[in-house]
Parts: sequence; structure tokens; C-alpha cells
Amino acid sequence: MRRLSWFNTVSLTLGFAFLYIPMIILITYSFNAGKLVTVWSGFSTKWYGELFRNEAFLDAAWVTLKVAVMSSSIATVLGTMAAYVMVRAGRFPGRTVFSGMIYAPLVMPEVITGLSLLLLFIAIGLDRGVLTIVLAHTTFSMCFVSVVVSSRLVTFDQSLEEAALDLGCTGFEAFRLVTLPIIMPAVVSGWLLAFTLSLDDLVIASFTSGPSSTTLPIKIFSAVRLGVSPEINALSTIMIGLVTVGVIGASLTSKRSIAKRQKDEQEAII
Amino acid sequence: MKRFGLISVPYLWLLALFLVPFLIVLKISLSDTALAIPPYTPTLDISQGWEGIKAWWIALDLENYFWLASDDLYWKAYLSSLKIAIISTILTLMVGYPIAYGMSRAPDEWRPTLMMLIILPFWTSFLIRVYSWKAILSNEGLLNQLLMYLGVIQEPLVILNTNIAVYIGIVYTYLPFMVLPIYSALERLDESLLEAAEDLGCSRLKAFWLVTMPLSKQGIIAGSFLVFIPAMGEFVIPALLGGSKTLMIGKVLWEEFFSNRDWPVASAVAVVLLLLLIIPIVLFQRNEEKQREAEK
Repeated sequence: MRRLSWFNTVSLTLGFAFLYIPMIILITYSFNAGKLVTVWSGFSTKWYGELFRNEAFLDAAWVTLKVAVMSSSIATVLGTMAAYVMVRAGRFPGRTVFSGMIYAPLVMPEVITGLSLLLLFIAIGLDRGVLTIVLAHTTFSMCFVSVVVSSRLVTFDQSLEEAALDLGCTGFEAFRLVTLPIIMPAVVSGWLLAFTLSLDDLVIASFTSGPSSTTLPIKIFSAVRLGVSPEINALSTIMIGLVTVGVIGASLTSKRSIAKRQKDEQEAII
Repeated sequence: MKRFGLISVPYLWLLALFLVPFLIVLKISLSDTALAIPPYTPTLDISQGWEGIKAWWIALDLENYFWLASDDLYWKAYLSSLKIAIISTILTLMVGYPIAYGMSRAPDEWRPTLMMLIILPFWTSFLIRVYSWKAILSNEGLLNQLLMYLGVIQEPLVILNTNIAVYIGIVYTYLPFMVLPIYSALERLDESLLEAAEDLGCSRLKAFWLVTMPLSKQGIIAGSFLVFIPAMGEFVIPALLGGSKTLMIGKVLWEEFFSNRDWPVASAVAVVLLLLLIIPIVLFQRNEEKQREAEK
């Protein structure tokens, strides 16, 4: 077994401390009894109670969840198609433009994406609301899905697909019965990525939302712009908790499925 | 025919919701500001056909762009965004490289856990992670409390609402984007190369400089673009951690749009920002394609 040198131990310790201490502080102060978030005055869960009585936050959370589920589902379908086109379709007219449109949104400043989509919706006379946020989120998150899925497709053994076609599958059947099950982990993580991106987005949602469709990040932003509030700390703690459970759960499942696949493969060889 | 269908659906979606909106931004940036809803007068009228286009071309003026050039607020904001983005990319690289290096040298059975610890903050809300620094950096915040308790300083340091807070915010939130590509480059590195270098008389430091660094170049490039490009147009971090003196173009665009309701100027700001970013975006895309080719 390799051992870490002192230099690597120090850099990893400091690095992870930097990443996690702010979040630990945030979580700790959500249980603070006092209103100040920098002075500890005893343990209390009262801010969680306040949070669940706050109708505005609950409404916004519901809108956010609806938008995230819809946009990530459409984005997964479109993003998987786009990945398939990028990896398998070979050369076609306009391929450069296509790959440009896949990569550019990954790094495009959100203010530009948000502004341009809003101006589009106004130009075609679409009222701003849940629909416009879903369209906007789908557009940028399908690119993330496509990058995740195409990295899996690249390593995929194409002869399996060809075998299915030789055995009489139609193209779609071969995709559904052979390709899809193999790339499924990437498709699922693409969906999760799109889902979190949508839950999290403030800038694009601010541009594309209407008065009746305020999302949670918009609410949080307007609350924290002026200062820190223990209620927001409580909300953040809940969100961090959900994400942690989700990520750890997902990594355990994928570990188990890798172990299972290795076992199956070994048995198949024997 | 089926192939055509497969290509056209995502293609048309991106054309309609990614490319066309930019053309609209470009068009509005050439329109005149007006006190109406929507608050601009289009100068291009396509419904009049060719005559309309000709009239538009003759009357075409770049007044919104001249306005950007004449008011020093804008070019100062561009320059200051550029400065902040460059400095924070370098800082993120300096913080991120040792972490990625340490991860790649860690025992195999630790790696999945370390990887998860890097990815976890990335899945947590960006907004919340930026917000978490407010309570730490403020004048009566925890950092100042700690430093004063230790006797390092007598007076609280003013960090919140300055550019330093913005740097900290960018490094903190974009760190996973830097660590992951560098880690994946370092992980592939064949360690026998380092042994060979040392056998041939290199010191460890020299071997690192001559072997490890060049072989992780692609990761460094990818990571730096992933930090630099979005940092250039960042809005949330300067809005929450920066002060009134922190000038960043994302914030200017936001205020131009939401507070001043000057859509043509906001569009012109966006067009210029995009032009500035086109070179790094194309370079980033090339780098990604090159890596994809190499993986095949």
C-alpha cells in the first residue's frame, strides 16, 4: 500500500478543510437560538419551525421542484440524443455548429443566457412563467447531460450494437435493448445533474420567471442580499442534508452495481 | 431518414433556444432605447421585406456601442472583470493543483471517498455556498473573532464587501471545476515515467517539473477555462460578497436590465462580453474535442 507523503497529507487536509468548514459553520448556526448568526446563544430548532410556517418559501419550493423535474426529464432525452449524434453520427453538415452549441452553454455566463432567452420569449410573445423557466433550464442542462452521456458512449463497445442488428433488431430495438441498459448509469447521473442545476439556478430563473413563478433561489437571494438570516441557514441545512444523502446513496448503488457486474463477468468466463 | 430525425430534434432545439436568442440580443443592441413596453424601438422591420432591411441598413447606428465606449463605467467594468477572473483563476489553480495531486497519490481505496468529497460541494447549492462566507467574513464574523481571540489582530479586518471576498468566493465555489480535470490527467499518469526520471538523475522536484507538470497540462488548461470563462460574467458572487466598489460586468448587465430597464444597452453589454469570451470558449472547445479524440 502506498502511503501519503507529509506534503500530500497537508494539502489534502487543508483543501478539504477549506471546502467543508464554511458549510459546517452554516449548519451549526442554523441550530442557534439567537437571531445573530455570528454569536452562539444556545441550541434550538425554532428556525426550522419558522421556515415551515413560511408560506412564501413553501410555494417557491414547490415551483422549483416542478420546474426541476420537468426540465431535467426533457433535458435527459434531448441530451442523450445529442450525445448519440456527437459520438455516432459521424460527419454531417453543420456538425461544427452543433458541437459549438453543445459546449458553449457549459461555460456561457448565465447573465447572457438568461438575457437572450428572455428577449426571445418576449419576441415571440410567450408569457413568463413555469413554462419559460422549464424551456430555459432544459436548454442549458441538456448540454451537461450530453457531455456526461457521451463520455460513456465513447468507451462503449460498438460491436455489441452491431451484433444486435445482425440478429435482426431494428435500430431502435438495438438502442433500447443493448445500448440504453449499458449507458443507463450515465443517463441517470445526467438526469441528476440536470435536476440539481435546475434546483440551484438563480440568474437564468430571474430573467425567465414571471411574477407568479418565483423559485426558491430567487427567494433566497432576495432574503440574503441584505444580510444573513437564521431561517436561510435552516433552509440551507435541509438542502445540504438532502444532497448529501442523495450523493452518498448514488455512490453506494453504483459501487454495488460495479461489484455485481464484475462478479457476473467472472462467472460468465468460468 | 431516421438519422436525420435523430440529429434534427436536438439540433433544432438548440438553434431555436440558443442561437436565435443571440441574434435577437444582437438586433436589440442596435435598437433605440424608448420609454415603452418593451422598452426599445426596433429599427429593423422584417415585415416590410427588402425595403425594411434597406431602411434599417441606412439608418443603422451603433449608438449603444458608442455609449459603452464613451462612458468609462463600462470599460472599467470589463477590465476589472478580466482582472478578477484572471487572478481568481490563478488562485484556484494554486489551491486546486495540490489537492488534485494529493488525491492522485492517495491509496487506491481512499480515492472514491476523496472523489466524492470533492464532488459533494459541487452538488450543493451554489447560492448557499456563496452565502456561507457572509457569516465568516463580516466585521463581526467568525474569522475576525478567531483572529482577534488569537491576538493576531486588534481591529477587525474589513474583508466582506471588498474584492478579496470576491476572490475567496470564486476560488471556493469553482474549486471542483479545477480539481477534477487535473485529477483525471494526473490519475492517468504512468508512475514509471517518474521513476525513470529519478533513475536518470532528476531530483524529485525537477522530475515533477519536467514530467508531471507537462503531462497534466491538458487538465490545467481545461480547469482554467472552466473557472475563467464563467468567472468573467459572474453575478451572484460580486452581488453577495463584493461591495459597491466591486465592478464586474455581470453585475452591470443585471443592473442595466433590471434597475435601469435599458434593454438595448444591456444587450450591447452582453454582445461585447460575448465577443471577449469567444476566443477562450473556442479554445476550450478545441481542447475538449482534442481530449475526446485522444480517448477514442
